[in-house]
Amino acid sequence: MATAVEDLADKRQSPLSDAVVVRFAGDSGDGMQLTGGQFTLSTALAGNDLATFPDFPAEIRAPQGTLFGVSAFQINFGSSEITTAGDAPDVLVAMNPAALKTNVPSLKPGGLIIADSGEFNDRNLAKAKCESNPLEDGSLAKWQLLKLNISQLTMDAVKPFGLGNKEALRCKNMWTLGLALWMFDRDRAPLIEWLKAKFAKAPELAEANIAALNAGHAYGETAELAGPLKQHHVAPAPVAPGLYRTLTGAEGIALGLVAGAQLAKLPMFFGGYPITPASAILHHLSRLKEYDVTTFQAEDEIAAICAAIGASYGGSLGVTSSSGPGIALKGEAMGLAIMTELPLVIVNSQRGGPSTGLPTKTEQSDLYQAVYGRNGDAPMPVIAARSPGDAFECAIEACRIATQYMTPVMLLTDGYIANAAEPWAVPDLTAYEAFPVEFLTEVPEGGFKPYSRDEKLARPWVKPGTPGLLHRIGGIEKEVDTGHLNYNPENHQAMTNLRKAKVDGIRIPDQIVELGAEGGNLAVVGWGSTFGPIHQAVRRKRAEGHDVSHIHIRHIWPLPGNLGELLRSYDKVIVPEMNTGQLKTVLRDQYLVDAKPLNKVSGQPFRIAEIEAAIEEALG
Amino acid sequence: MNEMTTIAKTTTLKDWESDQEVRWCPGCGDYAILKAVQRTMPETGTPPEKTVFISGIGCSSRFPYYMETYGFHTIHGRAPAFATGLKLANPELDIWIVTGDGDGLSIGGNHTMHLIRRNLDCQIMLFNNEIYGLTKGQYSPTSRVGTNSPSTPYGSVDRPAQPCAFALGSGARFVARGFDVSKELPNVLKAAHAHKGAAFVEIFQNCIVYNKDVFQDFAAPKGAEDRQLWLVNGEPMLFAKGTKGIALDNEALTLKVVDVVDGDWKAAGVIVHDVTNRSVAHMLVEMRFGEFPMALGVLYDDPRPTFEADVVRQNQAAREGKTADLQGLLKKGQTWTVKEGGPEL
Repeated sequence: MATAVEDLADKRQSPLSDAVVVRFAGDSGDGMQLTGGQFTLSTALAGNDLATFPDFPAEIRAPQGTLFGVSAFQINFGSSEITTAGDAPDVLVAMNPAALKTNVPSLKPGGLIIADSGEFNDRNLAKAKCESNPLEDGSLAKWQLLKLNISQLTMDAVKPFGLGNKEALRCKNMWTLGLALWMFDRDRAPLIEWLKAKFAKAPELAEANIAALNAGHAYGETAELAGPLKQHHVAPAPVAPGLYRTLTGAEGIALGLVAGAQLAKLPMFFGGYPITPASAILHHLSRLKEYDVTTFQAEDEIAAICAAIGASYGGSLGVTSSSGPGIALKGEAMGLAIMTELPLVIVNSQRGGPSTGLPTKTEQSDLYQAVYGRNGDAPMPVIAARSPGDAFECAIEACRIATQYMTPVMLLTDGYIANAAEPWAVPDLTAYEAFPVEFLTEVPEGGFKPYSRDEKLARPWVKPGTPGLLHRIGGIEKEVDTGHLNYNPENHQAMTNLRKAKVDGIRIPDQIVELGAEGGNLAVVGWGSTFGPIHQAVRRKRAEGHDVSHIHIRHIWPLPGNLGELLRSYDKVIVPEMNTGQLKTVLRDQYLVDAKPLNKVSGQPFRIAEIEAAIEEALG
Repeated sequence: MNEMTTIAKTTTLKDWESDQEVRWCPGCGDYAILKAVQRTMPETGTPPEKTVFISGIGCSSRFPYYMETYGFHTIHGRAPAFATGLKLANPELDIWIVTGDGDGLSIGGNHTMHLIRRNLDCQIMLFNNEIYGLTKGQYSPTSRVGTNSPSTPYGSVDRPAQPCAFALGSGARFVARGFDVSKELPNVLKAAHAHKGAAFVEIFQNCIVYNKDVFQDFAAPKGAEDRQLWLVNGEPMLFAKGTKGIALDNEALTLKVVDVVDGDWKAAGVIVHDVTNRSVAHMLVEMRFGEFPMALGVLYDDPRPTFEADVVRQNQAAREGKTADLQGLLKKGQTWTVKEGGPEL
């Protein structure tokens, strides 16, 4: 591994490699997500590749100082390709005892702790259930420890602006960010501009925050000669030239849906109901009305999907979005969309389950629900996004399948993708092939049959309001072609077969191998947000000379046509999933391959090392 | 839905009949309602292709199959939600929701409430037969206390919901009542159609199999004048051939029945029906049959802006001066360009 990190302070061996993982941890009210977000932007502007992992509690404002109220933001950045938020932090910024206690176990041995000693008072130590002060009792000996009274230093820095104690302390995160920017040799200018814009209506707050930021930065400069604090420069990553921005999964989904509706030449109707972590998609889309988007916050999850189906019936592209519990409520309506063969996109931002489960944590445990979770034989296409940027592509693909095949489509993402940010090469929209919808507007030759089919087995889409094509649809079994109510045994068999054949026949690309050879010793097969850790683990093992390949499935249902043959071309197949083995079961069922599970359901993403270990074990 | 202007009849009753065989039980009140609706439609002035009937699940919800219009037989209780999405997608459509006491007040009560609260422009016909017919006779949320049914062999113990009170309490701007075989039903439906906004119509419907004749005490032709109060805007609330009327008990702030002597209803203090009087409407929907006659006709009618019109207005305002430049949107926010030599702002 090439060492691209230059230690600017001196030429001593840097403890850091070409990739650095920094974790900011503090109380829910300390602004750690905002600090992380701004640090991410500065990292992107410095040309590093990066991945982030916001990790926050379900409580909006948990009692201050408590262990369950800790909010953290982890970023991994480097001078080569980054695909995960990093296994273990190199640097931990801990704003109080609870943040230190909950996050320090994952810090790399020899890693750096920057702790706000001003918050390590008896009261906060008690709240964090610390019997003694970890900053003083030697329990942190295996790490480097930098104790700074950030609270006091911030108060001193913002004193000239006459803020109250509480408001002054709110600038702590900017002081910390200033120090972090110095540590990694970053430009403060974009952040100062951002603060000025953010506090345009309260210039004294902008000035105070800028002063705190500058003070943190200056502290780094003056203190660098003593102790563990050093400046590091991480060289830009060799990324393809082009225009970049940061993108979260929720943004990727929202923008992809808008693009998909435009490529279908349809207005979009989005029905949603507030739920974590899916609400962000509703928030984004509700600001995009000029793109022919109508958003509707319904009275419940059921009404949200039913309104979306109603809009699709009317000729819009109906979209609804939720997370596991909400998706469960929408199940009956999905069946109706399947029966009436209307286009619909259902986005599921998966979270820890069952029931309310872990609303703010990530999991991939809704695959069964997506593929099988409806009454009756109710086949429905399922697509899974692997990253924020991929969510954009998958959303377009979902719109294409829904409108071309007259079917509901489920798009799976998860809490990790929804909240995490990555640099995104802004795509050129002219490169996407449009799939304009053609409504039936006149009686075709041979008469109008609402359930007649084209070569894709899709039925015609007729907008109410069209003269001459009046008809009725509903959830009762339809007669082949005419769509009249029909309970005959032969007809139900025929319609069931037709619905299955239509979904089975959806044209999707063949499965490719992401990394490694087609066929060989071992395939690691993943789907969704496990892409990053699987990819890194396979890359490392291949670099060590092992015969291992990475396959990542986007089309969960129907599965790619060549997948069975591809899987059988490996001696062994392991399937890492953040569930108890759902894709594994589907693969075994579909292809009779001896796929072995690697499961993690802790609400946290896989670490690269965990997958590396599984590869080693499989290879024997 | 449309303003009450002179409407040229371009269709007849036959034009609104679909080719599907009607499959309700012989003698079911639904047949009469279907005819009343088909009789009303030519007078609405809306062409069949612009008309959509949306239903949930239950006997009443088979209704759309029998209308030669667009129709959507959806899922249990959710017709209002489908109607909302459809109307927002195309506000020009004339939407009729067909529901029942179980569909609209039990499993779908929430959606009924929110559709009314939002004031989506549509007609809601709630067929109230006080029973679950399609599932073979269980008591419903409007069944009277003590109703014997397969699920309540010792009689039901819970108190019934009052559809019109529910609607008004949800913020309805139009509330009306009729019954299946009433000759007045087309007029009630016409008034509902003329109201711009959510128009709620409770239609008492006789389930001859599971709850036969529960409305006979006021619906039976014999003695109907004594038991039915047909409300007409601007007219005094008289019944029993003008010998009785409804007056306000000023002490108790309730309604009371008064005798009218020699037609002098003013002297008796009989109220003149004002369809825009919300306070009186609240008393009318709560008026208990027995002690009072059954209030029928348009109980309340006072339009206000509709949901879909407000949504369209807001969408247009938000779009003003903006172009739908998606490529530009993708580039929005802080971006950087990576050149061969590295990034720059």
